Amino acid sequence: MAIVSRGFSGRRSASDALLPPGQHLTTDFPVLSAGPTQHIPLDRWEFTIDDGSNVLNRWNWKSFRELPTERIAVDLHCVTRWSKLGTSWEGVSLDVLLAGMASDLPYAMFRSYGDYTTNLPVKDLINKQAWIVFKYDGEDLEAEHGGPARLLVPHLYLWKSAKWVKGATLMSEDKPGFWESLGYHIYGDPWQEQRYSGA
Amino acid sequence: MAGAALLGGVIWRTAKVIGLQDETATARSLTLDLRDWPGHIAGQHVDVRLTSTDGYSAIRSYSIASAPSINGRIEVTIERLPDGEVSPYLTQNIAVGDELEVRGPVGGWFIWRPEQEEPIQLVAGGSGIVPLMAMIRSRFSAANTAPFRLLYSVRAPEAILYRDELQALSNRRDSVIITYAYTRETPKVWSRPPGRIDAELFATDTWPSSVRPTNYVCGPTAFVERATDLLIAVGQDRRMIKTERFGATGVQK
Repeated sequence: MAIVSRGFSGRRSASDALLPPGQHLTTDFPVLSAGPTQHIPLDRWEFTIDDGSNVLNRWNWKSFRELPTERIAVDLHCVTRWSKLGTSWEGVSLDVLLAGMASDLPYAMFRSYGDYTTNLPVKDLINKQAWIVFKYDGEDLEAEHGGPARLLVPHLYLWKSAKWVKGATLMSEDKPGFWESLGYHIYGDPWQEQRYSGA
Repeated sequence: MAGAALLGGVIWRTAKVIGLQDETATARSLTLDLRDWPGHIAGQHVDVRLTSTDGYSAIRSYSIASAPSINGRIEVTIERLPDGEVSPYLTQNIAVGDELEVRGPVGGWFIWRPEQEEPIQLVAGGSGIVPLMAMIRSRFSAANTAPFRLLYSVRAPEAILYRDELQALSNRRDSVIITYAYTRETPKVWSRPPGRIDAELFATDTWPSSVRPTNYVCGPTAFVERATDLLIAVGQDRRMIKTERFGATGVQK
């Protein structure tokens, strides 16, 4: 039973109904990062997928940008409680990146420039659920928001959408990434309000 | 595992307001008394939940300002945002004896532990001082003598949070070296004209990179971006820079 705060009425808005529990709407685009913004020159950028021992595929910026792209409009939910509706992105689907890969390993650890990591089940990466995006609102993605390219997995809390991605390691078992080792939930479904581990 | 101590628990606890202190014209500290509080580490935050009579509730995250203690008391400092939903209530309406709900402590990255012995560079923008103040208070309460420096960028002298306490601390032996940088208005006699933080300030008033400090930067997003760029420009190791960004989000109200 919640404690009633004497004299607190709060503000409700119609759009709150569209949001996962405990979230508020923002029209801004806040930034949350654990450390400095990374600045990666395109001629040094690469993205690799490996299975822990062998590199299964590797792209440089040129070969990555030759892959078929999609435009995506999605809602974002950050664990720090802001949600932003109807954001538009352009990127390469993980369906494309993982296609034809000789692996049935069920988990992935994404790695970023700046040593950030985050873990995801492969089943959450396929079937049009995840992208490596490089444009936001029609413009090149700013470094502050993860450019030149970030992961986008909009059905999970935004810390899973790693900024400045440089690769993914496929794994046989799930392992916690950066925030997941620091008390945040291993999976992070906003609709289940899986913010913290043990919740 | 390392994560366990960082969780404190994710259950909601009842907190009683046992003290209120105005820090500036727009910021107020609340001292909360919590039963079964598991303790915290400097830099962590709590979720605060307010519930109205019809069951509507609003949750916000606030940094803990106090040093870790075993008496079940924590202090949070809240800056009133003009069109906020929660901060006006917490800074103007709430009274001693009122109860609210608190969950936490939360956060295992932007923290400082008294076991740390390396030099520390703190960089605060505005109310970004709050979790850094917890680190400073934690250092003194643990009698830790690690070299601490604070660079505190603030709009004007009257906007400084914890001004008297910081002044008293900086007069002690083993003190924290404090530099104020004013963006709009300075004290009457002041060498640096008001303005944003810049390379010259970081060259003269932060640790040289040779002492290899751990850096904690907290403030509004644009401030943190600028401060981290300046730290990197004076040669700090980017892996030794921890950041916490907030504000101008339309949400932390």
